[in-house]
Amino acid sequence: MLEQLSPATTAREINKNLQRRWRLGEKFIEGWIFLAGILTIIVLLGIIALLLKEGLPIFLDTPPWEFFFGTKWHPVSDPPTFGIMPFFVATIWVTLVATAISVPVGVACAAYLSEVAPAKVRETVKPLIEILAGIPSVVMGFIGLMLLSPLVQSAFNLNTGLSGLTAGIMLSLMSLPIIISVSEDALRAVPSDFRQAAYALGATRWETIWHVSIPGALSGITAAIMLGVGRAIGETMTVLMVAGGALAVPVSPTEPMMPMTAAIASGIGNAVRGGLQYQALFAIGLVLFVITLAVNLVADRVLERQKRKFAR
Amino acid sequence: MKARAISTRQLSQRAAFSLIIVATIIVVIPVLVIVLQIILNGASAISWDFLTQAPSQAGKAGGILPAIVGTFYLMLGTIVFALPLGVMAGIYLTEYARDNWLTRLINLAILNLAGVPSIVYGLFGLGIFVLLFHFGMSLLSASLTLACQALAMTVTTSREAILAVPREYKEGSLAVGATRWQTIRHLVLPQALPGIITGAVLAMSRAAGETAPILVVGAAFLLPGLPQSPFEQFMALPYHLYTVSAHVPGMPKSTVWGVALVLLVVVLSFNVLATIIRLRTRQRRLNA
Repeated sequence: MLEQLSPATTAREINKNLQRRWRLGEKFIEGWIFLAGILTIIVLLGIIALLLKEGLPIFLDTPPWEFFFGTKWHPVSDPPTFGIMPFFVATIWVTLVATAISVPVGVACAAYLSEVAPAKVRETVKPLIEILAGIPSVVMGFIGLMLLSPLVQSAFNLNTGLSGLTAGIMLSLMSLPIIISVSEDALRAVPSDFRQAAYALGATRWETIWHVSIPGALSGITAAIMLGVGRAIGETMTVLMVAGGALAVPVSPTEPMMPMTAAIASGIGNAVRGGLQYQALFAIGLVLFVITLAVNLVADRVLERQKRKFAR
Repeated sequence: MKARAISTRQLSQRAAFSLIIVATIIVVIPVLVIVLQIILNGASAISWDFLTQAPSQAGKAGGILPAIVGTFYLMLGTIVFALPLGVMAGIYLTEYARDNWLTRLINLAILNLAGVPSIVYGLFGLGIFVLLFHFGMSLLSASLTLACQALAMTVTTSREAILAVPREYKEGSLAVGATRWQTIRHLVLPQALPGIITGAVLAMSRAAGETAPILVVGAAFLLPGLPQSPFEQFMALPYHLYTVSAHVPGMPKSTVWGVALVLLVVVLSFNVLATIIRLRTRQRRLNA
C-alpha cells in the first residue's frame, strides 16, 4: 500500500530530487567561479614568490650594497661581479627622455582633443592613437632601428645611432596613448558648469582651459603621467633593440646603454639555471617588479582621488 | 586701452591653441609614417611563396609560414586559457563578490597584473611552466605565460560587459524563480557576450605582438616545420622580426620589412575586428 502514492506526490518527490541535484551542480560551478575569482591573486603572489625564491639567493654571494651600487656587470669573469648600476642608470635615462617628450605632447594633445577639437578632427585622430597603442613593441624597436637611429646618429654626430636617446624617443611614442587617454578622461570629468562659470566671468576659452579645466583634472593627469612612466620603465623589446646594449654606466643619453629590462632579456638565454647569473637576473626582475608595482599603486590612488573629486 | 587688453588675451589664446594643435600633429605624424613605411617597404616582399613556404638559408630566403602559423597557435593557446578563466572571474566579481577585503585584494591584483613588465611575465613562465611543471621550452609554456599576462585584460573586459547588463533583466529572472546560476547562464552571459568577445579579440591581438615573454619561454628562430604538439618549440612572427632585424647579418631589407608588415596586419586586423564588434553591438542596442 505504501508504494501507492498519488501522482502529485510522486511529481513532487521527483522535483525535489532534481532540485537537489541542480543545487549540487550549481555549488560545483560556483566553486570553480570562486577559484577563478581569486586566480589573479594567486598569479600575483606566484610572481612575487618566484622572484623572491630565485632572486634573493644572489645576495648570499653579492651583498646588496655591491649589487645595487656596483658599476661592473661581469657575469662570466672569474670571479663574476654583479653590479646593476649601469642598467639602473640606463633605465633612468631612457625613461627621462621618454617622459620629457611624452608628457608635454600628450597632455597638450589631450587638452586639444577634449576641449578644442571639432568632432570631425577627434574622430580622425582617436583611431590613429588607437593604432599607435596597438603597434607591437618589437615593431617599434624595428622602426627605431631602421628609421630613427640613422637620424639620431647624423643629428648628434654619434658613432652609433643606437643610444638611450633613440630608445627614449621610441618609448615616448609608446607611452603617448595611455597618457592621452587617461588625461582626456580626467579633463572630461571636470563638470561643464565650471567652464560656464569661467566664461560668464569673461574668461577666454584658453584661460578657461588653463585656469579651470587643467587644474580640475590635475590629479588625473598626474596619474596619466605615472602610468606612462610605468610603461616606459617596463618596456623591453624596444630598448633591447635600439638602446645600444653597452655595459658601462651611461653618463649621457646619447651613449649606447642597456636598461634593466634589456639586461634580463639578453642575459636569460645564456644563464645557467640556478647559477649566479640566473639569480642576479631574477633579482633585477624583482627590482623592476617593485618599481612598477609602486608606480601603479600610487597612480591608482591618485586616480581614485580624481574620481571622488567631482562625484556627487 | 581696454580693446588692446582683450586683443593680447586673444593673441595668447591663438598662440596656445596653435601649440596644442602642433602637439596633436606631433602625435599623428609618427603613426602615419610608421604604418605607411611598413606598407610601402614591406609590400614588395609579400608573395604567395613568402606566406606559404618554410624559411631557408637562415631565413634569408623562402617564406615565413611556420612563424605565421606559430603566432596563430599562440593566440589560440592564450585565449583558450585566458578567456574562460577571465569570464568566470568576471562573473565572480559582478555576481558573487561582496564588498570586503577579498574583493578589494582581487581588484588590487588585477590592477597590478596589468602593470607587470612583460619580461617579468617571461621570468614567471620560465620558473613555473618551463621548469616547475616540466612543460619545457614549448608552445604550451608560452601560451600559459601569455594567458597569465592576458588575464588582467579578460577579467576587466568581462566584468565591464557583465556590469552593462541592465539590473531589471536579472531581477526579473530571479523573480520568476530562476536560481542565480540559471540567471547568469541563460540571461547575463548571452547579453554580455559581445563585450566579452571584444575583450577576447583585443587580448589575442596583444598576444600576437608580445615578444619578450616568448623569447624567454620557447620561441625558436628557425624550425623546419610546424609544431606537431603543444610540447614542441615554435616560431612566431614577433620573435622572427626581432631576430631577422637585429641578429642576422646580410638579411635582405625587403624580407625584414615584409615580416614587419605581416605582423602589423595580423595585430591591427584583430584590433579592427574588436572595434567592428563593439560598434555593431552599440548600433543594435540603439535600434532595440
